[in-house]
Amino acid sequence: MSCLQTIQDYGLRSIGIGERLLPRNDFTLCEQFTLIGSGMIWNVYFGAMALATGFFLATALAVGKASTNKWLRKPSEWFIFIFRGSPLFIQFFFAYFFFLSLKKSYPMFDAFTAAWLGALIVLFLNTAAYSGEIFYGALRSIPKGDIEAADAYGMSGWARFRRIIWPTMLRLAWPAYTNEAIFLFQSTTLVFFSAFPAWQQRGDALYYASYFADKTFNPFVPYPILAFYFILLTLMIVWGFGVMNKRLNRHLPTAQRAKMRFRLNLAR
Amino acid sequence: MFSFCADPDTLGTFRWFSCYLTNGVHWSFYLSFLKVLGLLAVTAPVALSFGFAGAMAARSHFLPLSWLGKGYIAIVRGVPDIAFFLFFVIALDQAFEWTRHRVLCPDWTDPVRQGNDFIVCQAAKLPLGSAPEWAHETYGFFLAVITFSIVFGAFAANVLFGGMRAVPHAQLETAEAYGMTRRQTFWRVLVPQMWVYALPGLSNLWMVLIKATPLLFLLGIEDIVYWARELGGTKTSKFTQYPHGDWRMWYFLFLLAFYLGMTRVSEIGLEGLMRRLSHGQATSGGELLRKETTQ
Repeated sequence: MSCLQTIQDYGLRSIGIGERLLPRNDFTLCEQFTLIGSGMIWNVYFGAMALATGFFLATALAVGKASTNKWLRKPSEWFIFIFRGSPLFIQFFFAYFFFLSLKKSYPMFDAFTAAWLGALIVLFLNTAAYSGEIFYGALRSIPKGDIEAADAYGMSGWARFRRIIWPTMLRLAWPAYTNEAIFLFQSTTLVFFSAFPAWQQRGDALYYASYFADKTFNPFVPYPILAFYFILLTLMIVWGFGVMNKRLNRHLPTAQRAKMRFRLNLAR
Repeated sequence: MFSFCADPDTLGTFRWFSCYLTNGVHWSFYLSFLKVLGLLAVTAPVALSFGFAGAMAARSHFLPLSWLGKGYIAIVRGVPDIAFFLFFVIALDQAFEWTRHRVLCPDWTDPVRQGNDFIVCQAAKLPLGSAPEWAHETYGFFLAVITFSIVFGAFAANVLFGGMRAVPHAQLETAEAYGMTRRQTFWRVLVPQMWVYALPGLSNLWMVLIKATPLLFLLGIEDIVYWARELGGTKTSKFTQYPHGDWRMWYFLFLLAFYLGMTRVSEIGLEGLMRRLSHGQATSGGELLRKETTQ
């Protein structure tokens, strides 16, 4: 079977299009590359969706945590502590069993026990907490002069937040936020290893990589392939966030413009 | 455990729970918490020493050694750590068995990898097929500890390497001016000072290590996640004296609370440690401490 045929059969296998049966023996390199790559669709889906939705909750959490009002501050602090202080792996398990017991009483929660929604909600809340903490840190380090200048222009409330505070916060938080995005994409590999079932063997990249490793007893092929895909993904994230970083800093004189240094953090 | 536990069907709620939570399987559950703490206690120092060795190698003036150190530091970037865990557990196991196979069965001619099988001679199996159950469990735990140490050692190497570079260069030049050799400068000036720079990174790492411990479950260890799933599942009266519905949610809620507690305790502990290490250091934290005590 030619490699092109394999790609046609398995390229979209992870979302249920193409050949139904996974290869069972005589795994070719092409099959491993194709299936693991196909699984990346899920990693990108989870990461991108959680990042896009989590961004807004993160902003709200950061503003809440920086608020002087106790009723806004305390809930935000607790939310951030709970999601940052416990392992994502346990959060997945808890959420899955929580949705499972909800489903028993209310059938409308059926979709929540599937990975595409249930795991996405956990990732959304999780990344919101981590990014919220990053944004909160940035919010506290906004130069005082910027806010005073806004006051002097007669800005207040929403206008001041929208035009001065929020863009500055993003600008300061951006390098750390890039890191968070990278870690978020990496933690999407946990989804199908926690309780969420991979329905009809539609799993993510790590799911297929470990499938191959289990079948062939040879971890030296599938995991490096997975690593290759993830390094590629990381480079793409770094590039995309770099473009955004440039835009956020475009008003600064060139010399001051913070070159985004990719001294990547190793830990969240 | 208690004398009134003989017939659980007749008990009231409180007594039922006090019996239920102290039965045999629950003791295994509680024991698995010790496994997690044991893993932390062993992994943290081993990973730190791996990291120290890695950072020292990366600083070396001997080029291949420096490449080795830098490669080790770079290896864990960009790839999910869980992939490393899954990889190393199999890879290490096969590496050990392969080495033993080479040493113990030199006259074996068949290749070790035959298609989809990894075949070593009986004497090279780890642990031996005849070994008791506990040997298998200990070997699995041992593999898990090495895996954790390798991955977190690479993280730690990165942090320590950064910490070593953050020590003000003037300090090292002064040491040189006093006639210290490179080795003396390293051990007497650089190492005592680097900790305060490395500590924020290391405490972050400790938090990440705590949060990575449930991944033990994926390495095939009967850890707290395993037991929470086992014990929480629906039990009918056919198999147990304590039938109950699906309680896995509550078990995992308990685990969540356990980890939150661990995080909080660590936060407080690390804050205290940072205070102690900042004492007498030429950093803003040290300056703050000095002002507090002199005023």
